[in-house]
Amino acid sequence: MIEDPTLERVLARALRTGGEFAEVFAEDKQNGSATLDDGRVEQLSSGRDRGAGIRVVVGDTTGFAHTADLSEQGLLTAAEAASAAAREGGGGVREVALTRRDVPNPSPVSVLPDDVPKADKVAILRQADAAARAAAREISQVTASVAGSRRRILVANSDGLLTSDDQVRTLFSVSAVATGDTGMQTGRKSTGLTIGWELFDRIDIDEFAAEAAQMAITKLRARPAPSGQLPVVIGAGSGGVLFHEACGHGLEKDLVDKGASVYAGRVGELVASPLVTLVDDGTIAEEWGAFAVDDEGAPGQRNVLIQDGVLTDYMWDFLRSRKEGRAVSGNGRRQSYKHLPMVRMTNTFLENGTASPDDVIAGTDHGVYVAKLGGGQVNTASGDFVFGMQEAYLIEDGEITEPIREGNLIGNGPQCLQDIEVIADDFAFGGPGTCGKDGQGVPVGDGCPTLRVAQLTIGGTSS
Amino acid sequence: MTGTDVDALRALADRVAAQAAPGEQVEAYVSQGTNTSVDAYQGEIESLTQAGSAGIGIRVIRDGRTGFAYASSHDDDIVAETLAEARDNLPFAEPDEWAGLAEPDGTAATALDVHREAVLATPVEEKVAMAIELEKMVRAADPRVRGVRAASYTDAEGAFAVATSTGISVGGRSTIAYVSVSALADDGDASVIAGGMSVGRAIDEVSLDEAADDAVSRLLAKIGSVKPESAVVTLILEPRLTATVLGIVSGMLGGEAVAKGRSPFGDRVGEQVGSPLLTIVDDPTNPDSLGAEPYDDEGLATRRVPLLHRGVLQGFLHNTHSARRAGTASTASAARHYSSRPGISARALTVEPGEGDLDSLLATVDDGVLASSLGGIHSGVNPVSGDFSVSVEGLRVRGGERAEPIKEATLASTLQRLLLDVSHVGSDVEWQPGGTGGVTLLIPGVSLSGR
Repeated sequence: MIEDPTLERVLARALRTGGEFAEVFAEDKQNGSATLDDGRVEQLSSGRDRGAGIRVVVGDTTGFAHTADLSEQGLLTAAEAASAAAREGGGGVREVALTRRDVPNPSPVSVLPDDVPKADKVAILRQADAAARAAAREISQVTASVAGSRRRILVANSDGLLTSDDQVRTLFSVSAVATGDTGMQTGRKSTGLTIGWELFDRIDIDEFAAEAAQMAITKLRARPAPSGQLPVVIGAGSGGVLFHEACGHGLEKDLVDKGASVYAGRVGELVASPLVTLVDDGTIAEEWGAFAVDDEGAPGQRNVLIQDGVLTDYMWDFLRSRKEGRAVSGNGRRQSYKHLPMVRMTNTFLENGTASPDDVIAGTDHGVYVAKLGGGQVNTASGDFVFGMQEAYLIEDGEITEPIREGNLIGNGPQCLQDIEVIADDFAFGGPGTCGKDGQGVPVGDGCPTLRVAQLTIGGTSS
Repeated sequence: MTGTDVDALRALADRVAAQAAPGEQVEAYVSQGTNTSVDAYQGEIESLTQAGSAGIGIRVIRDGRTGFAYASSHDDDIVAETLAEARDNLPFAEPDEWAGLAEPDGTAATALDVHREAVLATPVEEKVAMAIELEKMVRAADPRVRGVRAASYTDAEGAFAVATSTGISVGGRSTIAYVSVSALADDGDASVIAGGMSVGRAIDEVSLDEAADDAVSRLLAKIGSVKPESAVVTLILEPRLTATVLGIVSGMLGGEAVAKGRSPFGDRVGEQVGSPLLTIVDDPTNPDSLGAEPYDDEGLATRRVPLLHRGVLQGFLHNTHSARRAGTASTASAARHYSSRPGISARALTVEPGEGDLDSLLATVDDGVLASSLGGIHSGVNPVSGDFSVSVEGLRVRGGERAEPIKEATLASTLQRLLLDVSHVGSDVEWQPGGTGGVTLLIPGVSLSGR
């Protein structure tokens, strides 16, 4: 994207009026998507976003500027702006010599989404639409979409680091609306991996679409969800969202440093049931939050955050690691070249236990089984977090019975982690997700085995 | 930093639209912006960002098929590539009998003063000083304030132009400025956090006192929060949160959702869908609203759109496509980012005021919750089924008086029920950062879930 000598000159210009650190982050992102809605292929969309963001750090102040102009002059102008923003007097000439370090891509790509004929993309959508509609006569609306993106990044900094990555993501989703006497209900299924169009070799499109439709049909007979505290069994896979919200954000070092996390000052302490081992790992091949290097140039890494219930480490960004004199953790991410990086999760998941999933359910007298979680949200200062139940059922006398309507569950992170009573051995990764923090979205993965929490509050309407 | 140039954007949009071949309709939506953002932390600048951005989105329609492409540059070469890409995408879309670009409809655009030179003219040092001063004010406000997670000042200038081969050629620019702060305090083993903000069109319309007072008073009210017992309560929504709920409802009144059978209000025009006390319009011509704009994102002049009148559904929000499909006229509610085709959005929702302010209405509530924040909206609210289940922090209200603060609880109902059950509408119109003029609402019969 940018020649090495240009990068070196731009970094030197950025530090011309002083500063400890400068970085150029260049990004070239191509997106293509196709959507079928209401029986029509109504939108084929493609676009390209390309530019660079330049950071200059002086003491504890970061100056930042970004530009869509990747010519040397455009970059030099942005470097001047970033430097001015960091507002340091004093001069000096800084020379920067870059050493390239390449990190192998954990997720090799066979077929670039851009190389797939548009007609093939449309065929997938039509097949999904037909299969979802055929699932039941109550299906009144179907949306199907495919999307592929290719994100090439380049990171160069004044420490001499030069590295790059080529991240391809492919996404498929089907949503259905079912209409019946009780009103309308929705079902949605999505899958995505950090690979190319070969994703579709692994999907049975008819089955996938029928499952989305079935979720909507099942909810037509859903009862109002209970209101109050009950034991909750979380199904394997999408249940990873629970940990993302219960402690994932709370273990981001920037929030810890600002006194905005309940997990501050607790490294080495028991923060969860001893059954719990929680990992954040950007190297898991193909998962939605995987990459070779993060958006600060640090290699993706496996980080054990909680080991047998004991808090072992937080997640770090480059500047905080540097300040602390410790190794990077591969958690510095940003939405685009227009944004500053922050500590972010990658693929966050709970490791397997030893129970059988059937026993987990059979051992629950009266509670709720959440087969599929939706998104969530957390107040890291208080530790209170919510997550949505997209597909959930009552458990009565150890058996899964009636479906219940959508809603949020709420708990408190540290309390919830301690309340995990049993973890099964059926680990699965969840679907592709987008994590939002301070207005920036990044792709993340999650996963977990079936497990039971002694109690959570169900946000329903039925007492 | 150089500002935006509306004339240049219009000229670019016009040039692209003029390239429509016979049988083609072409639309170019062009945007440009500059922004400055300062974050203060512990008396110093934590980060200062100054940036510009640009984008173009091009639609091409031929024989009822639409192709779309976008780019983040106004370079002639890239614009040409983008037009070519849009044409390339076109054959794969299906013919759509309602496809078509906006055409001027004779409505005069309202003259609105939404741009302030101060955004570009104010030296950055003054903007920095706002963020640093805000943090200082909050930290000094009360000994219980332990710190600030973030204190920031942001302002931006945005310009757009849209031109079509069907006769549209408009442009405009606006500015916005805001400060926001989130403060922390100890609460036993954990902490509480609360925020405040103040929004205007430029630095001189932003109030540090308002932002600081809101953050600190909300923060201190949260100390000692407990998880409540489950109950059925009267929900008291102050104007800020009424705006949040009405924003969700307005999304369910979009013409596209209605046409595609995804709105529970779909075939209910003329029916009582809300309390007779509720009259709601969307009026982007109202200069009191920060969402006011002379044109929508397809270039049509905005106008007042009645949505609910005494609880009876009047109609829906439309862009050109949904209007054609419904056999009606666009309500000039098209909204978009350059990277997408137009959707539909309210810009300036207004509730007709009733009687009483927050305090006088609260005094009538025997068993209620005064919400101070609602969360998990994207995971617990379903605008198709109407299910509504959100986290709540706030105060219990008993016998007309504020009681203990609560946390780790949810409120649940359905959006349909919330609208119908509104028992009181306040007179305390407050214009929100998102453009809505909210008032206090009382809604009985909401499920509070806790212990």
